Amino acid sequence: MPKLTVEDLKHIKAKTADAISLRLGKARATITVHMGTCGIAAGAREVMKALMGEVAAAERSDVRVLAAGCLGKCASEPNVTVAFEGSDPVVYQKMDPAKIRQVVQRHLLGGEVLNEFVLGR
Amino acid sequence: MRELSLHILDIAENGIRAGADHLLIRVEESGARDRLMLSVEDNGRGIPAEKVRRIEDPFVTTRRNRRVGLGLSLLAAATRRCEGDITVEARPGTGTRVTASFRRSHIDRAPLGDMAATLAVLILGHPHIDFRYSHRVDGREFVLDTRDLKAELGGLSLGEPMVVHRVSKFIRRALEELAAGPNLSPSMEGTDA
Repeated sequence: MPKLTVEDLKHIKAKTADAISLRLGKARATITVHMGTCGIAAGAREVMKALMGEVAAAERSDVRVLAAGCLGKCASEPNVTVAFEGSDPVVYQKMDPAKIRQVVQRHLLGGEVLNEFVLGR
Repeated sequence: MRELSLHILDIAENGIRAGADHLLIRVEESGARDRLMLSVEDNGRGIPAEKVRRIEDPFVTTRRNRRVGLGLSLLAAATRRCEGDITVEARPGTGTRVTASFRRSHIDRAPLGDMAATLAVLILGHPHIDFRYSHRVDGREFVLDTRDLKAELGGLSLGEPMVVHRVSKFIRRALEELAAGPNLSPSMEGTDA
């Protein structure tokens, strides 16, 4: 029977603990993927999977990645909200795995808002 | 929805929005009986009886908590296309269990799809909620319980993308082994996540 063993978990722990211990503290930014039925049907799970991979690859532990409900903007799903501590949140529309990787690299890590993807502009 | 695992994500998100903090997700596949059954059980606030009776109507929703609406009606339609059935057991205050069944070999049955991604998204997206996933294929079983994970991981949070990303790789590999059958070694030693 396949099972996540204690050994597997120790492996995960060893691989991640060092990176995380360097950056313990409050989350600097929160990225919320809107995971209503409309978002899921439009590809929100694949967007969040790519987002998780990109943030993990950047070894950022000051970034929260959360799932939340529908924004009420179902026609522009998948929608993703990026909120930096102390700044107004930015909502990105019609995300896909390639676009969310750009958002991570340029907005989250680089501080640049990607106006071409922003909802309602 | 193109995958049954997307329906599972959708129904689980409903339960979380209904205030649940513990979800049980089950998938059972039987080659001999040619059935695939999935269920999502939560301890959220449940659904009033009059809404349960009209659960397959896409224009019925409790709206304030989005407990029913488009999602369940899509799953109901998917079961009907595949000689299957859906049941929703819900009582206000005690939670909800949605059970859907399909003829496993039916040509219109959507694949289960990327269940590891569904679980990763639920775990990372809701780090304070406990999930238990059990998946049986002809008597073999994979079980993942986030309470066990949290205990083993100690100080590492399931809110960390790095941690859940690695956990998801293990889940994916375990489910591939489960699907591949009993001839392959179930050992996960040597996995480099």
